[in-house]
Amino acid sequence: MSIMRLIPYPPGIIVGGEIIFKGRDLLKVTEEEIRHVRGSQIAMIFQEPTTSLNPVLTVKLQLAESLMLHRGLDKQAAGEEAVKLLEIVGIPDAARKAEGYPHQFSGGMQQRVMMAMALSCNPELLIADEPTTSVDVTVQAQLLELIDNLRSQFGTAVILITHNLGMVARYVDRVNVMYAGRLMETGPTDAIFAEPRHPYTIGLIASVPRLDLPRKRKLFVIEGLPPNLARLPQGCPFHPRCVYALDRCRQEKPELLEVGKNHYSACFRSGELGDKRGLMDER
Amino acid sequence: MRDDALVNVENLVMYFPVTAGLMRRRVADVKAVDGVSFYVRKGETLGLVGESGCGKTTTGRCILRLYKITAGNVYFKGKNLAEMGGKELRSMRRHMQLIFQDPYASLDPRMTAGDIIGEPLQVHNLVQGREYQEQIDELLRLVELEPRMAVRYPHEFSGGQRQRIGIARALAVRPDFIVCDEPVSALDVSIQTQVITLLMRLREELKLTYLFIAHDLSVVRHISDRVAVMYLGKIMEITDSDELYDNPLNPYTQALLSAVPIPDPVVDRQRKRILLTGDVPSPINPPSGCHFNPRCHMVIDICKEEEPELRNIGGEHWVACHRA
Ligand SMILES: Nc1ncnc2c1ncn2[C@@H]1O[C@H](COP(=O)(O)OP(=O)(O)OP(=O)(O)O)[C@@H](O)[C@H]1O
Ligand code: SF4
Ligand SMILES: [Mg+2]
Repeated sequence: MSIMRLIPYPPGIIVGGEIIFKGRDLLKVTEEEIRHVRGSQIAMIFQEPTTSLNPVLTVKLQLAESLMLHRGLDKQAAGEEAVKLLEIVGIPDAARKAEGYPHQFSGGMQQRVMMAMALSCNPELLIADEPTTSVDVTVQAQLLELIDNLRSQFGTAVILITHNLGMVARYVDRVNVMYAGRLMETGPTDAIFAEPRHPYTIGLIASVPRLDLPRKRKLFVIEGLPPNLARLPQGCPFHPRCVYALDRCRQEKPELLEVGKNHYSACFRSGELGDKRGLMDER
Repeated sequence: MRDDALVNVENLVMYFPVTAGLMRRRVADVKAVDGVSFYVRKGETLGLVGESGCGKTTTGRCILRLYKITAGNVYFKGKNLAEMGGKELRSMRRHMQLIFQDPYASLDPRMTAGDIIGEPLQVHNLVQGREYQEQIDELLRLVELEPRMAVRYPHEFSGGQRQRIGIARALAVRPDFIVCDEPVSALDVSIQTQVITLLMRLREELKLTYLFIAHDLSVVRHISDRVAVMYLGKIMEITDSDELYDNPLNPYTQALLSAVPIPDPVVDRQRKRILLTGDVPSPINPPSGCHFNPRCHMVIDICKEEEPELRNIGGEHWVACHRA
């Protein structure tokens, strides 16, 4: 949302930092410029398709409007392109379905309409925010495959925001692990799973059940409550739930440190936390 | 019927009427559950998985007899609940409880945690005087909350804590059987593991039997001894939880499994993928023959005409498919 500058102000303000997109800081460009970027270069798929589609316009009209605005097509061409987009995202019988209203689509199909909306502006960056929680597992798989195909076909960059570690393992190249609004660990997907270095990442990976491992395996439990963003503790935000916390963690905020190739972790003890199995047994 | 079954469901059917017009004329039926049979042994956990709308919640609620079921039998401790009513049903219900998905919606915001947990004790007249408070303290400790929290209201708790209150309330009447309907789906990942671990501990300590409903296959398999896979009101396969991953026989089970990524990129890359096309059809007008046939990658002619029966193929492995 911050990247898109869609945080309503007030109450939300982006306090600092830079958001560099194609060499320009998006926090510094004018409102008009950002609108252009939002519409034509960066697209976002929100969690709830129902809240972001217009209920009183047919799907075709919504798509066509966006196409006329962002690609400068005339009405006729935009209508044809709209149907083509619905075909690309896998809506059967697209020409007929396009004349329908959003509520006539099932949840999974609404997600696809959202995808088509996002594609209508040929985005260079697609932000998919948990695109899938309200949809079925098999439909969700179809959707992510679709996003993945677009990525490889058109070179669209994708930011996938999710709490599903399986999804991360299957679909992303690099991972940012966030906790309490801060970056805890970042690195190539394979490295993050094979050699996680931050206690939060290590805990998360050890805490989820896996289909391929013996069912009776004991899950690691990250104790405590999720962070209260209004009252973050001093020091490392994860320290109240961390089994490796030292006195230092309660006072100082750890910076991101290099722990491998393109792999960084914000933890004072990352250097010692090399082998995750050894780690879990230590408890 | 099995001797060791605590719950035995036979050909359960639950249709909801679809009405139209001023006279609320019945024009069709939502075939939410359409001929389902399974058993749950005492002390066992049976998982129930399937996509949204396939009838999991309805099945659970039918077992608890929260609906007047359309057809079929539900035996609990050998007694047929389908034929029961009034007082007899109410006294049976004390032994069966429900844990909901949404701890927000299921707790009365104007009641304290203590009263929420204690209410079933009063309704069923199970305790008197001092004992009431003691029981509530005990229940709170059981779900790893502190007795002093009894005076707080639901909004003062986190999502995970609210789910613990829901669990304590379900346990208050000392049930034998609990239907857990998506008990962790609404929670943070780290909190999910806390609640799953709690439910598993309680099962051992209190010798509980669960029907565990969820759409997350990894979670269901972890907590369940056996898993039943549902699709459009039907059971497609029931099998031992380990067998489920090693030897799924129904094509829908296979597709469902392959849609669940394994959180390990190296392992996940090597798995076979089956991508389904289309959406789940409407339960008002399910496809003829095998309900899964329009999306099935193994479909043959007979699948479109004849419905496959759920049959035992050895051990405790049951499968409904013409090709299995
Ligand atoms: N009280 C009701 N009246 C009418 N239709 C209903 C009712 N309850 C459920 N249904 C319908 O019955 C079907 C099965 O619903 P059910 O809630 O059992 O599915 P579910 O498997 O629990 O789905 P989910 O994963 O979304 O919770 C759905 O099509 C639903 O719309
Ligand atoms: S019976 Fe036919 S359609 Fe149904 S799952 Fe088996 S192969 Fe597929
Ligand atoms: Mg349900």
